[in-house]
Amino acid sequence: MIVYVLRRLGATLIVMAVVALFVFSLLFLTPGDPAAVIAGDVATADDIQRIRAKLGLNEPFLVQFGGWVGRLLHGDLGTSIFTNLPVTTLIGQRVQPTVSLTLLTLVIAVLIAVPVGVVAAAKAGTWTDRLVMGCSVLAFSVPVFVLAYLLIGLFSIRLEWLPVQGYRPFSDGLWPWLSHLILPSIALGTVYMAFIARITRAAMLDVLSQDYIRTANAKGLAPRAVLTRHALKNAGVPIITVIGIGIALLISGAIVTETVFAIPGIGRLTVDAILRRDYPIIQGVILLFSGVYVLINLLVDLSYRLFDPRIRY
Amino acid sequence: MKVVFALLRAFVLALAFAASSAAAQEKVLKFIPQSDLRILDPITTTAYITRNHGYMVYDTLFATNAKFQIQPQMVNKWELSRDKLTYTFTLRDGLKFHDGQPVRSADCIASIERWGKRDSLGQRLAQSTESWTAVNDKIFKLRLKKPFPLTLDALGKLSSNVPFIMPERIAKTDPFQNITEAIGSGPFKFVKEEWVPGSKVVYVKNTDYVPRKEAPSWAAGAKVAKVDRVEWIYIPDSATAAAALSAGEADWWEQLPPDLIPLLRKNKDVRVENIDPLGSIGMIRFNFLQPPFNNQKLRQALLYVVNQRDYVLGIAGDEKNGHTCYSFFTCGTPLSSEIGAEPLKGKRDFDKARKLIQESGYKGEKIVIISATDQPIVHSQSLLTADLLRNLGLNVELQAGDWGTLITRRTSKEPVEKGGWSIFHTWWVGPDMISPANMAMVNLGDKSWFGWPADPRLEELRQAWFNTTDPASGKKAADAVQLQAFNFVPYITTAQFILPAAYRSNLSGIIVAPVTFLWNVEKK
Repeated sequence: MIVYVLRRLGATLIVMAVVALFVFSLLFLTPGDPAAVIAGDVATADDIQRIRAKLGLNEPFLVQFGGWVGRLLHGDLGTSIFTNLPVTTLIGQRVQPTVSLTLLTLVIAVLIAVPVGVVAAAKAGTWTDRLVMGCSVLAFSVPVFVLAYLLIGLFSIRLEWLPVQGYRPFSDGLWPWLSHLILPSIALGTVYMAFIARITRAAMLDVLSQDYIRTANAKGLAPRAVLTRHALKNAGVPIITVIGIGIALLISGAIVTETVFAIPGIGRLTVDAILRRDYPIIQGVILLFSGVYVLINLLVDLSYRLFDPRIRY
Repeated sequence: MKVVFALLRAFVLALAFAASSAAAQEKVLKFIPQSDLRILDPITTTAYITRNHGYMVYDTLFATNAKFQIQPQMVNKWELSRDKLTYTFTLRDGLKFHDGQPVRSADCIASIERWGKRDSLGQRLAQSTESWTAVNDKIFKLRLKKPFPLTLDALGKLSSNVPFIMPERIAKTDPFQNITEAIGSGPFKFVKEEWVPGSKVVYVKNTDYVPRKEAPSWAAGAKVAKVDRVEWIYIPDSATAAAALSAGEADWWEQLPPDLIPLLRKNKDVRVENIDPLGSIGMIRFNFLQPPFNNQKLRQALLYVVNQRDYVLGIAGDEKNGHTCYSFFTCGTPLSSEIGAEPLKGKRDFDKARKLIQESGYKGEKIVIISATDQPIVHSQSLLTADLLRNLGLNVELQAGDWGTLITRRTSKEPVEKGGWSIFHTWWVGPDMISPANMAMVNLGDKSWFGWPADPRLEELRQAWFNTTDPASGKKAADAVQLQAFNFVPYITTAQFILPAAYRSNLSGIIVAPVTFLWNVEKK
């Protein structure tokens, strides 16, 4: 097991190195010039050239890449071309909102979707099942931003229960923090809930048709015990896989949610950096994302053992 | 059900009240700016958001008022020698930077010298300057090589780049490198620790600021901060910004997109008003280095078909939010006139345009219009121009990307087959276009703004305007510039439009000006 984890962590480093090279090359080839953005609309081409030189953007690819890798090995992700703030500071400012949003969405989605999926499977073919599946199709179909506007219109403008936008850190208190995340989490999590509910239902239906479930029913176990202790645990592997994939989806989906609710998260940092060609931020964030994705996959793989002792590493 | 809702609402409001009561002591102005503040240096960039940030933090030696007059601001008194070659400036008492240090002559000189290396008018002043000398900490002299009648206009320039005064140690930074500190002597202090780029900028009242006695008028007069704290909240999504303003989470939204104006007008707690008397000017810019717009006749042809009313509607959505402006200088300002404007103002004449195209020898060369879909003002103009050119039978290709790509591509001097361009659109705030000093009017080839026009005659006339010494001769010289500009066509103005502001009705004292100023604003 330990060897497996170490091997996977080693592979993570290789993956991140490949990602780093790929991202750097891609940005080098992408049209766009941060010097032009810095200079503004009234600047001349001559001004832009001088700013490019000052930023070192005229250096050859290998010189720029080598410098970046060298700094990276010292834990320095560089400095934003525009704000002159360290990329680590900028990412640090944005981590808490995105992690809060993602975790709360995950908790809400799992707490609602898994029981709903189990109930739908237990009552397969009934109106309950059809209702759950109908709602999940609807949840899949409504774009995040549409749902977000509807939620803002109802809960922020009409009822005045929750704030329209922004983020308050946890240090400001539980309610200010939570109140700014409820609507974004629902907006972001709805698709995710539908996804988990459908997968849970499908996995449960598969397990419920197994012989050992029939045996458990035959020996007189309570239906709830059969569903939770026998069926759900054995359906856990695909559900956990989907939750793991979903976390990756949530991080990318958070971009839209963060934009609509004006939450200063990693997603918006990425989009803003791409739009203005702030290369150090783009590189830093993509490296971070790739590392998080690989680690999530590792955790998902390791968690399989909790549900299926037959799995060995 | 209603009872449950009422209870829930009471619970939520109680929680919100408990959370906010501590913060309710100080007066906080929450302002949604036009864009995100990314660069703190108002000298390296001409971005309007950074200019506005500059006005919060810094002060200027002179300033423009609502009558287009240049007024002393940090300067208490000034003198010009009889030979018109030496200016002597004396600073006001009590001027202090936010780090507690007094404002000295050396700070002013270093700041003006740095600005003079970047700003177009500043460069003109620098070319005429022999020396800047500090007589003592409060008095300094400017010695000119030759009289420069626009000296005070340059030092009191309203829009980008504004000659803001910063401490000497910061002003010594290379003018092509961003400064990292924002320490000025203006009415608000920048709180760097609370700055979250892409989200929030925080300023607090500068309690040491000594305002002038005169009433505020544009950038001149008393700059009294009447709130304790200003928070710029950047909300990228306009629907969310409208909702935040409606819900009272923001007090003031600087620029409204036209489609949301009717919605906010219905809200009795929100006022939608034009607080910018000059608005902005849309523009078609040509590439003078490549065919076909290196041909004067083809550029002239477009003058006969561009219908500014279409562009007003395209950009502003409603004729109430814009108007035609058949002048190269912002309409409503002293130098604007319609002299030579008949081709642009008269009846739209496609036959005349086609005749000029034929005379130009146009052989079907591809015309590439570069556009940015994330900039509605740019893209709406691009769509209209593309349609116009197609109607004239020209070979047009509209290439739309994002603004970041457009401003990079427009630096290309290559033919369209190699990534070059023929036309792009942009817009300028009114104050940037009030005189022949505007960047788009420079006609020095490689040293010109993108498009790189070169017309010695137009440049000669501009120079003549720079040398005028009184308003009457200045107006005459500007008319001559415009006459030649309608002949050479360095660009075509498409519309003068306004993006109104929206603010909560508990705000008062907002200064009506072409730049958004946040002093003098009270929140009840």
